[in-house]
Amino acid sequence: MSISRDDIEKVALLARIRVNDQQVAELEQDLGNILDLVDQLQAADTSNTAPMAHPLDAVQRLRADEVTETNQREAYQAIAPATEAGLYLVPKVID
Amino acid sequence: MHNKSVAELSRALASGEVSSVELTQHFLDRIQQQDSQYNSFITVCEENALADARQADELRSQGKATPWTGVPFAHKDIFCTNGVRTTCGSKMLENFVPPYDATVTANFRQAGAVCLGKTNMDEFAMGSSNESSYFGAATNPWGSNRVPGGSSGGSAAAVAARLTPAATATDTGGSIRQPAALCGITGLKPTYGRVSRYGMIAFASSLDQGGTMARTAEDNALMLNVMAGFDAKDSTSIDREVPDYTATLNEPLKGLKIGLPKEYFSDQLSPAMEQTVRNAIAEYEKLGATVKEVSLPNANLAIAAYYVIAPAEASANLSRFDGVRYGYRCDDPKDLMDLYTRTREEGFGDEVKRRIMVGTYALSAGYFDAYYLKAQKVRRLIQQDFVNALKEVDVLMSPTCPSPAFVKGEKTNDPVQMYLEDIFTIAVNLAGLPALSLPAGFVDGLPVGLQVIGDYFAEARLLNAAHQYQQVTDWHQRTPE
Repeated sequence: MSISRDDIEKVALLARIRVNDQQVAELEQDLGNILDLVDQLQAADTSNTAPMAHPLDAVQRLRADEVTETNQREAYQAIAPATEAGLYLVPKVID
Repeated sequence: MHNKSVAELSRALASGEVSSVELTQHFLDRIQQQDSQYNSFITVCEENALADARQADELRSQGKATPWTGVPFAHKDIFCTNGVRTTCGSKMLENFVPPYDATVTANFRQAGAVCLGKTNMDEFAMGSSNESSYFGAATNPWGSNRVPGGSSGGSAAAVAARLTPAATATDTGGSIRQPAALCGITGLKPTYGRVSRYGMIAFASSLDQGGTMARTAEDNALMLNVMAGFDAKDSTSIDREVPDYTATLNEPLKGLKIGLPKEYFSDQLSPAMEQTVRNAIAEYEKLGATVKEVSLPNANLAIAAYYVIAPAEASANLSRFDGVRYGYRCDDPKDLMDLYTRTREEGFGDEVKRRIMVGTYALSAGYFDAYYLKAQKVRRLIQQDFVNALKEVDVLMSPTCPSPAFVKGEKTNDPVQMYLEDIFTIAVNLAGLPALSLPAGFVDGLPVGLQVIGDYFAEARLLNAAHQYQQVTDWHQRTPE
């Protein structure tokens, strides 16, 4: 199955990865090859098969609704690219 | 000293033949002198290691030693280490110093082991050759132009080159077994959920599993004794008793039923590879095992299912790298969208971007059913094949990979060719089963691995089977020149 340039650009935007024109051309080829590989799946008869999310069919555990974590804001923010007054800084979003 | 196993080093420390400081310095010296050839470490922790070694010697003198107290080892650079840079082989995390320990890291710390450093790997564990590492490819000690395999190639190369007696590793599609095979060492991927994923940087969460690498099966058992166990911090951890994996190593193999999946002995395998693997299986027959052919009819769909599920989960997991909370951030972002898109363009390498985009596509509106849901259904078919085969036999055996270590650069321009390297390992991850690779001979002077696959939580049986083979063969003792 082939994938169009428009698809690549849309996917890049969804994935929040900037791509230039040359990369779009390369990705068109590479992703097309990968999608050809995975298209083998369509031949399998799965009409009576339930999807599998966990190998042991385990489900999420529940726990008591209690505070178990301690506040480590300073330690976590110490490794952030930009912080101020306990907040993470990003470029201005609202004018 | 560097040719000794973990078990032997542990005894040498206990008898006072050597101190942990001496041992640690010895391995640090070897890394210093030789790792420029292998590039197997991203970070060497000289000061921390020596401090930990001094503390280990102190604990030992007080009679408070575990088998690991003072024994040096290395961590794959995917396990978070409090205060020590953890890169995951990526520019995105080039300067990331975690403020916490992974559970696996904490377990080794608790046991008193001495971490020599963090080993090289494919970026975010995506690769089968180590060539996608931002820090340059590691080299296979068996050939200076050969890849060590991946993604845990640095761990495998470091163990093979005797720069560390053991190293942690992770396996999402073969990333422990394939490099172990290519570097001529023993590596175990445990059952999904056996070892905590907390603090192990996520790639594909329904497949990722931490595991062990060392030269002998016994050393792998010693490592798993430290690593295995329930962890409330990992939502898919399994709460189940952990046996002493060394306790059953010496059980005889008489009556062991071995199945050979016919799909794994196909024409993808060269005659020399097949002969080497069959010779190893013949050795098992001499040890009292019986052999029969079995079938995994959906094995041919494993790569396709994997290359939907793994990229889909990766695209979700790697969305956390946004340039805001930690890790790389691009210079002078003009707005928030520019911050995200340029940080991720500049911070991720090509293979990681490819997989994020494949995964994003497979999960996007209109494609979810055709790709992700379909792959999850095929995943169950693949699992059922294994469940059925393991009703007939105790373990399955196959080659670990289709060929020995390939030449660097040979597959870097063709992602699909690189993906096919995992053709015999990947289905095991989809099924969530444990499997190990052990050295079983050589083809063209390069090591060949035998893969042994077991039922859920049968790690002890796999280690027992590998250990018994290693009592009658010496492939695992061979040293690269």
